[in-house]
Amino acid sequence: MRLPCPYCGVRDAHEFSYLGDAAPRRPDPAAPDAADAFHDYVYLRDNPAGAIRELWYHGAGCRRWIVVDRDTRTHAIAGATFASGSASGDAS
Amino acid sequence: MRSRYSVFSLLANALTGQKGWTPAWRDAAPKPAYDVIVVGGGGHGLATAYYLAKEHGIRNVAVLEKGHIGSGNAGRNTTIIRSNYLLPGNEPFYEWSMKLWEGLEQDVNYNSMVSQRGVLNLYHSDAQRDAYARRGNSMRMAGADSELLDEAGVRAYAPFLNFDDARFPIKGGLLQRRGGTARHDAVVWGYARAADKLGVDIVQNCEVTGFIRENGVVVGVETTRGPIRAGKVGLAVAGSTSRLTRLLDLRLPIESHVLTAFVSEGLKPLVPGVVTFGAGHFYVSQSDKGGLVFGGDIDGYNSYAQRGNLPVVEDVCEAGMALMPQIGRLRVLRSWGGIMDMSMDGSPIIDVGPLPGLYLNCGWNYGGFKATPASGWCFAWTLAKDAPHALNAAYRLDRFRTGHMIDEKGVGAQPNLH
Ligand SMILES: Cc1cc2nc3c(=O)[nH]c(=O)nc-3n(C[C@H](O)[C@H](O)[C@H](O)COP(=O)(O)OP(=O)(O)OC[C@H]3O[C@@H](n4cnc5c(N)ncnc54)[C@H](O)[C@@H]3O)c2cc1C
Ligand SMILES: [Zn+2]
Repeated sequence: MRLPCPYCGVRDAHEFSYLGDAAPRRPDPAAPDAADAFHDYVYLRDNPAGAIRELWYHGAGCRRWIVVDRDTRTHAIAGATFASGSASGDAS
Repeated sequence: MRSRYSVFSLLANALTGQKGWTPAWRDAAPKPAYDVIVVGGGGHGLATAYYLAKEHGIRNVAVLEKGHIGSGNAGRNTTIIRSNYLLPGNEPFYEWSMKLWEGLEQDVNYNSMVSQRGVLNLYHSDAQRDAYARRGNSMRMAGADSELLDEAGVRAYAPFLNFDDARFPIKGGLLQRRGGTARHDAVVWGYARAADKLGVDIVQNCEVTGFIRENGVVVGVETTRGPIRAGKVGLAVAGSTSRLTRLLDLRLPIESHVLTAFVSEGLKPLVPGVVTFGAGHFYVSQSDKGGLVFGGDIDGYNSYAQRGNLPVVEDVCEAGMALMPQIGRLRVLRSWGGIMDMSMDGSPIIDVGPLPGLYLNCGWNYGGFKATPASGWCFAWTLAKDAPHALNAAYRLDRFRTGHMIDEKGVGAQPNLH
């Protein structure tokens, strides 16, 4: 599998580390429902069979976090964007 | 009534041209309703149905399988069985499974080729030896067997290993002699035949596509062969669990990942039992046909594709070469993948709920084959009694909420590290 890094171009998946689904967002620890929200954030996943937006780290390249659009059934990749500044992926 | 298999039935059929055998189980058509529906005709689903009928007298049961039975992970794994766990939530469960393996063939009257040829986990450092000593003691406290071997002990057991590797010399190993392998599809067929004999309907080519709910209670399933109602619905679909629970708007602490297994061309007897490398992820045994059966890590990213990618092939073969350099010229005949239900703490879930009428059996990671008998036994108990047995009391779904994770590896909620 090869991933299209927006900075480095198409690179072998070997160069990247995987974090997982980009959808979970860190909840506010001061919110009244924080315990529930953290349970959801840390443990529960959509685990889709199909399109997923997921975080990869280009450790052997530009060292940036990217969000890849991939199909989990076929590994077809629709595109990738930088995680920071994009709507999803709180990779800081 | 189908006959019992015995040396006499073998002889009689040998003398009559093998023409007297009848199908081992009925290819049942679904009835409109059952007391219990088990979704998934892998090892766990079939074992569940068998123990429901045998231990609890619940015989109006159907196992619904979308393809043919054993076409999922049950027929794709590297067939290792063992009870060498550390943590109290796990070890008694896996040791119960080992005890059920030991009596399985007599119990279901089917040759599952359970072979207690030993499982040896190698260690390469003092720290690893201490960790294995602790694990071995924990196994003994749960009634399992374990032996801590020093280097000479390993040399006597498996003299062909690469002992003097400069980076990872072999210093010893933790041996469980009662561990070993079983013939995976014979396990499936044996449970299917035994369950069928007790009245269970095994319905193949019947994919569950939805759930029938009334007032929030799950009262049946929609399938490609029509709606089927049930008093209770148990899910045992391994890597497909999230696909089904999604239909109920449930999110689970599970990710699906692909694991690859490999088999080589046949060799004369070389590997006596199961050997696992302690400095990389690699495990190997030798099949009765002579092929080396081996595997390693998952690919590491979510996948529903039943095939892995090349980096893992390379990684597994490198680890194999580090351990057994003599296999370098051996040809790999085949490799294949299966989709595993990787849970957030690396341990399974066997539980009532989380919706009324629904029961969950999932989160097997890549260790669910060895669990097949105990998983079926405990899930049957949980379905019959509406409460977990003591052996699966730690495998509750709410442990992630309450903080009672069973994290054998201590890596946290990162499924691709388990
Ligand atoms: C390559 C590989 C190697 C492994 N090695 C080992 C090992 O050495 N030792 C070990 O202990 N474990 C091992 N495992 C893990 C083990 O195989 C699994 O944990 C175990 O088989 C899972 O339980 P099962 O047999 O019930 O699953 P499966 O056989 O996957 O059963 C699930 C069934 O559900 C069916 N299904 C799915 N969706 C639906 C639907 N909507 N409707 C109806 N039916 C459906 C599937 O077709 C499938 O037959 C390995 C797994 C793999 C992939
Ligand atoms: Zn890059």
